[in-house]
Order: sequence, then structure tokens, then C-alpha cells
Amino acid sequence: MALFSIENVRIAGVVSAVPSQIVNNLENGLFSTREEAEKFISITGIAEKRHAGKDVCTSDLCIKAADDLLEKLHWAKDEIDVLIMVTQTPDFPVPNTSIIVQDKLGLPKSTVCFDVPLGCSGYVYGLSILSQFLQNGNLKKGLLLVGDTLSKQCSPQDKATYPLFGDAGSATALEYSAGSKMDFNLWSDGSGFGDIIVPEGGYRKPFSEESLVLKEDKDGNKRAGINTYMNGTNVFSFGIGTVTQELKLFIEHFGIDKEQVKYFYFHQANRFMNDMIRKKIKLSPEQVPYSLDRYGNTSSATIPVTMTTQDSDLEDTEVIMCGFGVGLSIGIVRMNIGKGIINDLIEY
Amino acid sequence: MEQFLENFYELLEETDREEITQDTVFKNLDEWNSMTALMLIAMFDEQYDVKINGDSINNATTLADLYQLTQK
Repeated sequence: MALFSIENVRIAGVVSAVPSQIVNNLENGLFSTREEAEKFISITGIAEKRHAGKDVCTSDLCIKAADDLLEKLHWAKDEIDVLIMVTQTPDFPVPNTSIIVQDKLGLPKSTVCFDVPLGCSGYVYGLSILSQFLQNGNLKKGLLLVGDTLSKQCSPQDKATYPLFGDAGSATALEYSAGSKMDFNLWSDGSGFGDIIVPEGGYRKPFSEESLVLKEDKDGNKRAGINTYMNGTNVFSFGIGTVTQELKLFIEHFGIDKEQVKYFYFHQANRFMNDMIRKKIKLSPEQVPYSLDRYGNTSSATIPVTMTTQDSDLEDTEVIMCGFGVGLSIGIVRMNIGKGIINDLIEY
Repeated sequence: MEQFLENFYELLEETDREEITQDTVFKNLDEWNSMTALMLIAMFDEQYDVKINGDSINNATTLADLYQLTQK
């Protein structure tokens, strides 16, 4: 059980950047009838999502978000001590995108830069890693860039992935702040690695001509080896089973009074699944905000995207964030959002 | 078993009740798709407190096979 706390670090602001192109699931041409598309939307909750243009990478969305965030916070670029980028859609297989971003953002060469290639759970992992750099106060300010452009990784002929995933980038500013505290629960299960996977293009199954060939599965979905595969039913069972258990364990371990928690930001994968988790933990609908109806599943960015779509005042509130999925992996954090937080969503 | 068949029928919208028997090959129903599978997993969880996943569904052929999974 990885249950632990990190002290003296707070979130100063979050900005998300989404592409302006809207893709509507009623009109994507994937479903054989309008009724089928409507049923898909009523269960998953995903009516539309955003797709990045051909030349726009995850890092471009994150850089736009970071520039906007630094300006709103009045933080100078040479103050940034650490830059961590969480993404599964880097600019290149090598080198790390965070280092390219350092240069593009104009950050000092003394900034610690590296990538973390996690997905749906990645925002919480990123928070846990970055705050460990800042907790002693030797390094004071850091940026966590999180996002993916999975529309480029899914096969447009695969109903199990293409209608679900959208593109987004986000930037979160963390700073040393004596007296702040975050509580974490991090969990992994590698036996489920095949449930969400891009099977080819790594070194276990290197890219070949064959990797580009579309193959049809028993459900009529067509995808190639370089596309994302997802076993949606297994991931759903994982969500309503293990994720719920780990959340309950977390709440019990830290003695959390659920009614004092204003918002539970769940990873936005499927509304039906999240509603079940919510009911099993006995939370009110008001405590569990959604953004998937407009932005879909944006991988590691769903939690910051959901936060930044809210108009309500987040100052002085207790929140819990819970990311879960590819790995299989779960990341849960509880924190108090302090005063003066920047919270904004912009279009690229 | 009858109650299980009734619970399964409740997941469907367009299928006649007469089509739902213990011998029904549920994956052959016109209405069966990945969304029905999610609702089935949820039904097992809520009505029977039993965790099933995609593999359990793949391994079952008839509704009687699925019913066996409720007998933990």
C-alpha cells in the first residue's frame, strides 16, 4: 500500500488548453444507426470532444497553457526549478519532450526536466513526483505539464476507442508553501497491462510494415498494431471494483470526512462507470463534476480539464482527485486548494 | 434463474421477453453490444455483488452460463 503524505507544497494555478476543433459523436460516421450513437452517448456521457490539428502536438497545447498560466501568476520564467511532463504522446520517441519544452518556454538550463509516460493516472503521479522536489524548500517552484493527443493514436474505425478520446494539454503550477499538505494513494497492477495497450512500435514488438495493417476484431472494429487497443469491459470492471476499493481504503486510512470534501475529480472515462463509483462511495452528484460530455477522455489531462471547466470558486476547498486506467494504475490525492488559485481553460 | 432472466431482460430495450430463456445465446441478440456488456457487469455488481469482467462474458455462451457466475 503506497499511502503517504507530502507536506509544504500547494497548487498555485491550473490552466488547460484544448484544441478548437469539435468532433461530435452523433456525426462521426462510426455508428450504424443514430440510435446506436445515442445509446453510446447516454452510457459513456461523451457527446463531443476536441481534436488537435495535424501539426499540433501535446507539447504545443501544454506550452500554450503554461505561457498563459505563468503570465496570470506573474511568475518569472527563471524562477521555475522543475518541469515535469506527463504524456504518452511525446514529440519524439527520443529525447524527452520536457527538455524541448524547456527551451521553447524559455526556462533556464538549470531547470530539472524529465518526462513521465503515464496515462489516466498520470496527473496524480506527476503531482506526487513534483511535490517531492519542492517539499524541502530548496527548490521552490515547478511546472507540471500533462496531456495527450490520443485522437492521433486511435483508429478512426474503432468504436471502442475513437469516440471516447479527446485531445488536451494542461499546466499546473506548484510551489513551496509551509503548512500545506497532500495525501496520496498510488497503486499499480501490471497483470492488466494488456487491457489498454499500443501493442506494436516498442521493443517487445518492433514497428514493421505489418504494424500499419488494419485488422478487424470480432466486434467489427478495425485497428492496426500502432493504434490503441482497449478492453472496455475489463477496464469497466476495474473501475467499479478496484478503483472503488482503493478510494474507500484511502478515505478510511486518512480519516477523511467525505462531506467536507467539496469536489471529487474522477478521471473522465465513462459517465456510467463514474456514477457507479460515486454511488458506491455515497457521494452527492454535486460533489462529482464532469467534463467528459464536452471534452471526452483526455487521458492524464481529464482531472485538470475538469477543474478548469468549473466556474465555481475553488478557494479554500478540500478536494480529492482520482486518476485510473492504463497500466493498470491508480493515483489518488487529497488536498486543500488555498487562496488565490488561478483556474482557467483556454482554446488553442 | 427466473429472476436472473428478468434482470437480464431489464437491460434490453428492443428484445421481446420470449427471446430471453436460459438457452439464449446472448451475444447473438441483435441488441447485444459493448454497451450492453457494461450494463451486465454493473447488474452483476449491484444485484449479486459479484465481480465479472470482459473475459468472464467472453467465456459464457448462454444465459445459463452467465447465471452460473452469480452462484459464488
